[in-house]
Amino acid sequence: MAMEATVIEEMIKESIPDAVVTIQDIRGNGDHYAAHVTSQEFSGKTRVQQHQMVYKALKGKMGDDLHALALQTSVPA
Amino acid sequence: MTNPIFTRIEDDIQKSDVVLYMKGSPMFPQCGFSATVIEVLNHFKVDFEAFDILQDPALREGIKEYSEWPTIPQLYVKGEFVGGCDIIREMAANGELVGLFEQNDIKPKG
Repeated sequence: MAMEATVIEEMIKESIPDAVVTIQDIRGNGDHYAAHVTSQEFSGKTRVQQHQMVYKALKGKMGDDLHALALQTSVPA
Repeated sequence: MTNPIFTRIEDDIQKSDVVLYMKGSPMFPQCGFSATVIEVLNHFKVDFEAFDILQDPALREGIKEYSEWPTIPQLYVKGEFVGGCDIIREMAANGELVGLFEQNDIKPKG
């Protein structure tokens, strides 16, 4: 199963509106992505909590439709 | 806590200092992400307990609910969820993981 990068980005932005999302399709097959998400909302949160926010935004797609999303999160400098 | 699997998970992550929920076994990981975390743990030579979630559908679902984390592998140190593959890799690279082990008095074997 695969997911479009634009769909992933939209879903993240829907629940984290100020997110700046950079997505790379690592293998070019729509199934293995790397995403970098930057948001002010991550401020004061642990890395686990930041990733949980992104996973929640993806509403159960992660680990299901989306097998591989290498995730990096940060607060804007 | 209604889910009986949570009690089992809590027991297991308290019993050993370092616990990994993974796909496959440490000798034969069934997924690249699990294999990466095994490599990291072997690199730092720490003892760990591994549970193969592929052998146990209840555990497979339970662990995801327990940590509110949708993917496997999941690493726990001293009963606390530390992260999945991305976080462990990042922490291994920037020295945080060694710091966490030292802080918890988890020493390399041999």
